[in-house]
Order: sequence, then C-alpha cells, then structure tokens
Amino acid sequence: MKKIIKYVIIDILRNKIVIGYTLFLLAITLSIFNLEDQSTKGLLSLLNIILIVVPLVCILFSAIYVYNSNEFIELLVSQPIKRSTILLSMFTGLSVSMVVAFLIGTGIPILLFEPTLTGFTMMGVGVLLTLIFVSVALLTAVYARDKAKGIGWVILLWLYFSLLFDGLILFILYQFSEYPLEKAMVGISALNPIDLSRILVLLKMDVSAMMGYTGAIFRNFFGTQYGFWMAIAVMLLWAFIPLFISLRKFKRKDL
Amino acid sequence: MIIASNVSKKFGRLKALDNVSVKLLRGECVALIGPNGSGKTTFIKSLLGMVVPDHGFITFNDKNILHDWNYRSRIGYMPQIGRYPDNMSIGQVLNMMKDIRKVKSSEMDEELIEAFELNTMANKRMRTLSGGTRQKVSASLAFLFNPDVLILDEPTAGLDPVATEILKRKIIQEKQKNKLIMITSHVLSELDELVTEVMYMQDGQCRFHKKVDVLRAETSEERLTRVMASIISKM
Amino acid sequence: MIFHTSVAAVLKVGKGMPYTTIKSAIQAAAEGDVIYVYPGLYQEQNIVIDKRIALKGIQFPTLDGEKKYEVLSIKAHGVLIEGLRVIRSGVSSIQDMGGIKVYDANHVTIQNNILEETFFGIYIQYGSQCNILRNRIFSSNKVEQQSGNGIHAWKSEKLEINGNLIQGHRDGIYLEFATLSNITENIAEGNLRYGLHFMFSHDNHYYANVFSNNGAGVAVMYSQRVEMRFNVFKDNWGDAAYGLLLKEMSDCKIENNHFAKNTVGIYLEGASRVSMKENTFELNGWAMKLMASCMDVDVTRCNFLSNTFDVGTNGSLVLNRFNNNYWDKYEGYDLDRNGEGDVPYRPVSLFSMVIEKNPPAMILIRSFMATLLDRTEKMIPTITPENLKDEFPMMKPLKL
Repeated sequence: MKKIIKYVIIDILRNKIVIGYTLFLLAITLSIFNLEDQSTKGLLSLLNIILIVVPLVCILFSAIYVYNSNEFIELLVSQPIKRSTILLSMFTGLSVSMVVAFLIGTGIPILLFEPTLTGFTMMGVGVLLTLIFVSVALLTAVYARDKAKGIGWVILLWLYFSLLFDGLILFILYQFSEYPLEKAMVGISALNPIDLSRILVLLKMDVSAMMGYTGAIFRNFFGTQYGFWMAIAVMLLWAFIPLFISLRKFKRKDL
Repeated sequence: MIIASNVSKKFGRLKALDNVSVKLLRGECVALIGPNGSGKTTFIKSLLGMVVPDHGFITFNDKNILHDWNYRSRIGYMPQIGRYPDNMSIGQVLNMMKDIRKVKSSEMDEELIEAFELNTMANKRMRTLSGGTRQKVSASLAFLFNPDVLILDEPTAGLDPVATEILKRKIIQEKQKNKLIMITSHVLSELDELVTEVMYMQDGQCRFHKKVDVLRAETSEERLTRVMASIISKM
Repeated sequence: MIFHTSVAAVLKVGKGMPYTTIKSAIQAAAEGDVIYVYPGLYQEQNIVIDKRIALKGIQFPTLDGEKKYEVLSIKAHGVLIEGLRVIRSGVSSIQDMGGIKVYDANHVTIQNNILEETFFGIYIQYGSQCNILRNRIFSSNKVEQQSGNGIHAWKSEKLEINGNLIQGHRDGIYLEFATLSNITENIAEGNLRYGLHFMFSHDNHYYANVFSNNGAGVAVMYSQRVEMRFNVFKDNWGDAAYGLLLKEMSDCKIENNHFAKNTVGIYLEGASRVSMKENTFELNGWAMKLMASCMDVDVTRCNFLSNTFDVGTNGSLVLNRFNNNYWDKYEGYDLDRNGEGDVPYRPVSLFSMVIEKNPPAMILIRSFMATLLDRTEKMIPTITPENLKDEFPMMKPLKL
C-alpha cells in the first residue's frame, strides 16, 4: 500500500496543478493578510477562500485525476493487489497532496499572521473539507464511468454544497416560518459540511452576533465542547462514508 | 488449473458472456478464437478479476478468485491495448512494477526487456510511445515475474516482424516449462506452431474447446487457418 | 467642607474606646461632630443618622445588617459617610432596604465605602446635591427579581456619582425621576439587567464610564436631554443584550463613546432628535438597530469597524440621517480625492433584514448565498430601505 501511495503522490507532484494550487493559495492568503488592515476582515476573506475554493479545487482535481489514472488503475488491477488497496492508496495520495498543499498555502500564513484559535479552527476545517471533497470526488469517479459526465456531476455537487443547499434552507425557512425551526437547523446544518465548517469558524469569530438572537441556539450547541466534537465527528463521517461507499462499489466494478 | 463454471456477464442488455464453462490445465497453450465482440476479452478480464461475473464462478487452483487477489501474482497478463500512466517513462513503469511485486531480482525474467532493447529508451515517456513499443512493454511486463500462467490478448498486434518472432520464441520457450498459456489472436497463422488447444467463442458462448490434434484429425487440414475455416463453414 | 467647623468634637467608637457602639456615639454627638469607627464587627441593626455629622471608618470597620435590617439610614442634611464596610442588608419586597439609604436629605456625601451583599447598595430618596464617590459595591445575585440596584436614585436631583465600581446587582446604577445629575468614571460590570438605567430622568450627563458584561450596558427610557460621552460599552452578550438601549427618549447627545463586542451596539426605539457623533462601533453583532419608530436621529463621523452587521432596521420608513461615517465594508471610490466616497453606502444589508424576519436564517450568515443576496441587493435595492444611506461615507477611518 505504501508503495502505491508513493507512486500516486509522485504522479500528482509531477502534475503541476497541485503546485499551482499551493502557490495560488499562498499568494491569495499572503495578500489578504497584507492588504487588509483589520485582521477580522482578512480572516473573513480567507474563510470564503476556504469554503469555496478549497472544495472546488479538491473535488475537481481529484475527480479529473482519478479519470486520468484509469490506465494506472487498470494496470494495478491486473496485478496481485487488493482493489481496496488501490482505491485507498488513491484516496490517501490525493488527500495527502491536497492537505499538504493547503497547509503550505494557508497554514504558513495563518501561523505567521493569525496564530489564534480562529486561525487554527480555519486550518482544521480546511483540512477536513479537503478530505471530504476528495472522498466525494472519488465516489463520483467510481460511479460515473464517463469522464465528462463525472466532471459534470462533480461541479453540480460543488454547486449544491456551496450554494443550492443554502438556497434550499432559505426557502424552507420562509415556507415554514411559523414553525420553530431553530433546533431543526442545527440538525440540517449537519447535512452540509461547508455549512458546518462555516458555523464552527464563525462561532470563534463573530461571537457577538452568534451569541445573541437565534445565534444562541447554535452557540449552545456548537459552542460547547460536546457540540464542537460532534460537528468534527460529523465532518469525519462526511469524509469516510463516501469513501466507504466507493470502496464497496469499486470492489465489484468492471474495468 | 483454471476452471470457469457457468460464467455469465451482461453489460446492459448485451450478453458478453453466456454460461461459459471451461477447464484450463497446466502445460496447455490455448488459442482463444472468435469473431469481434464474441466475449474473448471479457472472458480474459474475468479470469483476471477485472470483470466480476454476474453468475457462475471461476477457480484458480481450486480456490474461488472472487475474494482472492493473491492468485494474480501467478498470472502474467498482456492486455490488448496496453494503457500506462502517460507521465511515466518506460523505466519508471518497469521499476514501479518490480517495486510493487516484491519479487527477488534473481527470480525475474528480463529476457524480453533485453531482446526488445527497452533499456536503451528507458527515459521515454509512455505517452510518446508508438503502439508497437507499448506492446513491447506490455509483453515484457507479462513475462517479467516468471508467472505460471500467461494470458496474452492479441500479443502480436502492432509488433514488427522481428519483435513478433522474438515474442513467439519466448512463448514457445515458456510453454516448455509446463506453463498454462492463453492467447487470443486474429492472425491464426501465427498460432500454428504455438497452440495445443483451441477455444472458440461466439456471441458470448464457448462453442467448443478441443485439442488442436483432434481438430486437425476431424477436418483433415494441417494449418490452423484452414482448420478453423473448415469448422466455421460447417457451423 | 461644611462640617469642618472649628468646634467639631471627635468621638471614637471601638473596643476600648469611649464608645463601643456607633449608635451611642451618634446619640452623644452634636451637629458637626466627627465619629471615628475603629476596626471590628458592628451588628447594631438599623443605625439612623439624624444630625449633621461625619461618620468615618478606620480600616473599614464592618457594619453588618444580618440580612434583616437596613444598615445606615441618613435623615439629615450634610452627612458624610466614609471608609465603612457595609454588608448584608435586609432583603424585602415591600420596603426597598439599602445598605446606605438617604431620606429627604441634601448635601450628603457617601465616599470610599465597600458594600457587599446588600439588597440595594446606596439608595437616595428625595435627595439633592448628594455625592456618591469611589464606593465599591459588590453583590452576587443570580436572579433579577431578588436583587436590588447598586446605586438607586428616586426623585432626586443634582447628584454627583463618580468613580464607583458596581458588580452583580440588578441594575448597576438606577435613576428614576432623577435630574440634573452627573454620572462619571464609574465601572458597572456583570449586573443582571443594566449597567446604568434611566427612567423618566431628564437633563443628566454621564461621562467616561465603563459598562461591560451586563445584561445590557445602559438603558435610557422615557428620558430627555441626556448626554452620554466617552463611555465604553463592551461585552454585553445575549439574546437581548445591547450596549446602549434607547427607548422613547429624545433630545439626547451620544458622543465619543466606544461600543465593542456587544450583540447590539445601540438599539433605538421611539427615539427622536438624537445626535450621535464620533462614536466607534467595533466587533459588534449589529453596530446599531434603528427601528422605524425613530426620527431625527443623526449619525455623523462615527467609525464602523468589523461589525457583523452595521445597521439593522425593521421597516422602510426612514426619518434619520447618516453622514460622513467610516464604514469598513464600504467599497466605493473617491475620484475627487476629498476623502469622501463618491457613491453612497447602504449600511443595511439584505441578509440582516432576512434575519430580522426569520431568525433561524442566522445559520446562513456569511455563506456564499448570503453574500450573493447582499451583492445583488446593493446593486438594485428592493427590500432594504432606499433612503437609509450614508451619502458621504469617509474613505479612511476617522481618528477618534
């Protein structure tokens, strides 16, 4: 397994996109911290990068990479190697590369300019989101045989998680505005890892607004030790359930 | 050595394999013959576990291959179209496979690598290679780990006459080591001096599986091309 | 001062002193005398001071009300109370018992005392020209109904309340029908309701106070002509927590204050003719909630920095003005280089209106969705009030 991970990572590194992604993150993060005179505003811009760019790049790159590695996968499948080993190596290789790219690209600037709880929370959710979207990309690539179709799906999924889901929530909130939905919202937020990440970071950042108002509900849940770890656990499930399903599918997939 | 029992596989509506049962033994050199789309490649891929049958099962040395993966260490497979990571060079692909397989270098068979002079172009990227050179890489890999079973899907397609000859010599040489060899080819004339058995497939079914000598006797033809032509015309 | 006359006698209270009880000393004292109380525990039930004397503690002697009695009742003009530790006054729902209570007296000075676990700390009833200076008033109440106020003034005028520290009461300082008073340099923190509370109290000034961690920092209700300057309102968090709550009040000035980390910096309802100048709003949930019932509120030259929302409102009618403020969310330009942006800034975001109508939508705060809504709304305002805007926003933060 280690050897295959090694070859996956070597192959990814040979691909200039990951290095480009790292430099892109580094450039954006550094410029955010240097241009914004208030660190809160800088952190907000950074949060948007983490919530939008990281999932997009991870899901798109991973899916394309898996499709382009079809030959490699075929070659390995005819060898005495467990299929689960092949897919897990793919996942590990992709995750490690993307996480390292993310940590270099945003982690170093955060350590330099914002070594606070908020900064570290951002780094944490960034890593989790990376894992989640690599995993979702893998699931899509295993299910959709056709590359064009798969990439279409992946973009749709990203759009869903970063925009459509929230639109749906807003719609539901207005449709059922006479019902008490505060508590339900906590549960619904678990259905979208991007929302979950945002809430976790904002609770460390926008304390005043989240404290007051309905925010208190979120505070009372996510703000507690229990809620925080619950949220992390849910995020981990988001990473492992798609991986698990794709493993099951991949084991019986015809190549 | 390999037994397939009632193996069926559907791709959508297409029946790629329809109740195929066959027994392949050590020391045999089987020609898998059939028209395009008759299920030859699907059958080979099933043997390798790359395609999972809908019904039936395949055993390798009396062990079901469905949940096994280790048996593949005893098979050398040369695909019809060898597809390799574009970014890797020949040398890297060879090294990677050696690395993954954990076979001692003394037990490796690098004869074909040398014969095809792959070492001289070890730095060439896979994507720049011609179809023939890719076939050379595929062939070298199939023989590299000295496997008990060789499965060669259209081995000579795209190879120049010299390379074809080298490969044929190699196959004969391995055959004498009491190995099971399975070859699919459209160019029947090339198989003449190699095969001992013929397995004929059509529409996903195994129409017959017989010894070449028996077939020759039945048709009273000498050359395999003629033998097959004679049989097919009677079917 | 008025009680330092040349004939003043000195009476000493304490163990081995001429007087062992404060009560006996007061009885023996004449107008203008000074009573020194030496260290010790004095449990004398209710002590009434009915003549113009000075009662001074040496190293904070403890006067204990045993949770049953009002400790000191002052019923004469010109009394000075200093350096005492007053603890455990009685709690009553019928009578407002205080640690130190002034009845119909003027020119009373209460300074440098420590009050602990009193129901009401210092209570001024029908007082005039009284000074409450540098007292430390602590309590540890948990429930609003069972707690009194730190400093309570009822129908009084011309009070000087300076330098006190008040913690853990219902209201830190409460003024009802109190007028013409100055409240300066006090610190009110961790009080259950308000740090400072005005009811029907006109013409008061409060300067340079710090209000932190209270239910709400300051509430000004049904009052007129209150001036608020150089105060700090911070860390007032919670469901209905405000730095400053203004309700049915008018003709007030709010200048040079600092509002930081409050759920709502200033909440205005039914306020009219309020001038807000040179205040800084920083890291609040909402810097300001300006309800449609307000009119003639002028907000000028204020800094709005890192607030989640700048201004929230509940209607489309706007009779208030914003001018020359700095908004850190402003993205306009300044082509003529006069320091003022060339396009107006609209401080009310669509998303804050959404939350106003539909609180659980808070879950979407700062999401791509919310940003998108705000952006479109900024370009074509449809739901947010058209007239609520700063025509001349500043390009750089004001130096305040």
